[in-house]
Amino acid sequence: MQQQFDWRRYLIVFFITLALFLTAVYLSNYFGNKKINQLKSIQDTISIDILSSETQFSLLSELSCKNVSDSVLSSELNELGKKLEWGQENLSNTDEVTYLRKYYSLLQIKDYLLMKKVSSRCGKKSAFILYFYTKAESCTLCEKQGIVLSTLREKYPELRVYSFDYSVDLSAVKAMLDIYKIKDTALPALVIDDEVLTGFNTIEELDLRIKNSFKLQETMPVNNPKTVTTDKIQ
Amino acid sequence: MVSTSSIIFYILSFLSVYVQVFFLVTFFERKNKILVRKGVISLPEYPGVTIIVPCYNEGETIRGTIESLLDLDYPKDKLKLIIVDDGSKDNTWQIIKEFEKYPNIKVFHKKNGGKYTALNLGLQYLDTPFVGCLDADSFVDSEALKRIITYFDDKNTMAVAPSVVVYEPKNILQGAQKAEYDMSIYTKKMLAFLGGIHVTPGPFSIFRKKVFDDLGPYRHAHNTEDQEIALRMQEHNYKIDHCPDAYVYTVTPNSIKKLYRQRSRWIYGFIRNVIDYRRLLFRKKYGTIALFTLPSGVISIFAAIFLFWMLGYNFFTFIYKKIFIINTVGLGHTLKISQNINFDPFFFSTKAIFFITIILYTSVIIALLIGRGILEGKPRVSFDMFYFMIIYSILAPFWLLKAIFNVLRSKESSWVLEREVEMPKKQNATTI
Repeated sequence: MQQQFDWRRYLIVFFITLALFLTAVYLSNYFGNKKINQLKSIQDTISIDILSSETQFSLLSELSCKNVSDSVLSSELNELGKKLEWGQENLSNTDEVTYLRKYYSLLQIKDYLLMKKVSSRCGKKSAFILYFYTKAESCTLCEKQGIVLSTLREKYPELRVYSFDYSVDLSAVKAMLDIYKIKDTALPALVIDDEVLTGFNTIEELDLRIKNSFKLQETMPVNNPKTVTTDKIQ
Repeated sequence: MVSTSSIIFYILSFLSVYVQVFFLVTFFERKNKILVRKGVISLPEYPGVTIIVPCYNEGETIRGTIESLLDLDYPKDKLKLIIVDDGSKDNTWQIIKEFEKYPNIKVFHKKNGGKYTALNLGLQYLDTPFVGCLDADSFVDSEALKRIITYFDDKNTMAVAPSVVVYEPKNILQGAQKAEYDMSIYTKKMLAFLGGIHVTPGPFSIFRKKVFDDLGPYRHAHNTEDQEIALRMQEHNYKIDHCPDAYVYTVTPNSIKKLYRQRSRWIYGFIRNVIDYRRLLFRKKYGTIALFTLPSGVISIFAAIFLFWMLGYNFFTFIYKKIFIINTVGLGHTLKISQNINFDPFFFSTKAIFFITIILYTSVIIALLIGRGILEGKPRVSFDMFYFMIIYSILAPFWLLKAIFNVLRSKESSWVLEREVEMPKKQNATTI
């Protein structure tokens, strides 16, 4: 008794399996796009917040620091940063994510400039770190520096860390690199209180610098004494 | 960018899902032809059947095995038992001798030579049109033989395999095996529909005498003689069927070590037999066995190993990252960061790999449920199924690798060694 070769069965099964796989790919794209949209909406919110703060600040100027709110929370920007980084590695539509990352870099610069102004005029307790890293080649020290900064951010909610990918194709970021004369051979690089630090900095070193940065502000003359914070930092 | 490991994952998972869909399509096509009888049946005529029971150090279970055969609902003058002691070192022979008084039981004691030699000794005394074998760690349901014999109404059917069920699972490991055995009732039946069965299990597969007359006796076959005989039959286009309602209960390994040994032997035997019968592979004239059963067996070996490698890789990457963080900021800070993690659905993976893994596991769960459904009348979810998926995902790669390693070294694992090491506790020698 010779076995019959039922090629139709093999073909039907192949197409069903293929359909299941295509469904998986479709679902992946569908949810990927939803995430991209979610990122866009977060960015839009942040963008509006920054713009609103800027406008508010220009309107009120030196009149009242009380009314200038800390509109964009440091945590919101961080969250967006984390999500974008995750998206870069896990979402299939990388072009879109790259575009969003550019936009994010720009938002960070705007937030940095605004918050610096608010901080100096209204004496808000805050510290700023500009962090330049690279994703282009494997940079273990950059990874380590990233972890140190995340840890410090957890410790000091008033600390604002702005991270910039060296290789991001954005003129504003390039301008910053020029201002601080940062070279890709000296990454990771940090800017604290206008001082450029290249190479890896340990958590202890940075902790000290952040505390100094806070102290600097405490001794600075402020326009509106009511808003000065005198909280001791742990 | 798509990495090499992703490509391998896609190919292997595609083939694995293909196998499950293949079974499922066959199931929906033929489900009405799956015969499951509940009550007692009677046959118009009862052909003579000989059951050979090979044993080696089976003192603990042999009595139950023989008694279950004596309890078979089958005329005693039509049922002959040949019990062969393959040089046991325990009290097996003393127990067997007690059954000598039965007129339909013949007992033999021989020098140890391996299971196939014990079976072949029994075959020499064969004078009935049907013959079966029952491993001495298994017990038959009293209706099993009659139900199997009905399948021989088809003149082309040369052998019928039963449904092997785990006997009284006592721990999680045996529970996991129960889920697996139940599932194989389903897959075996589907393969039977398509003529693609690659093993006639040691517990109670029944053959026409003609099989051994035409094709010769059992062979050593790398200690998996029940696979080899099935492949030999397939090569000669001898039809093998499966009787899902003929239940045989088998004692399964109760420890990881024993299971590991048993499965290394099965897989080793499978690989060696596939190598021996490679002339069948992808040859249209051999049908399902050549185009589906054997290739899917080989694929499943690679898929399990690859999946394990992937899980292991992810696990170690995770550990490496944690250590990296601890090295960078110290343990105290690391613990603080870990506490602050709050779940955000955004970080839930939506990669295609994630959905494909879901499809893969769902297809396995469906197979488990259908198997259970055939056995118990309706599909029932139980913890056994999850034990099966978890335990086998972790353990199977080890015995698969061991088997491959042994194939490469050409080192055999023997049923004698398996039993001597495990003495006095025992282990079944059957491939399901």
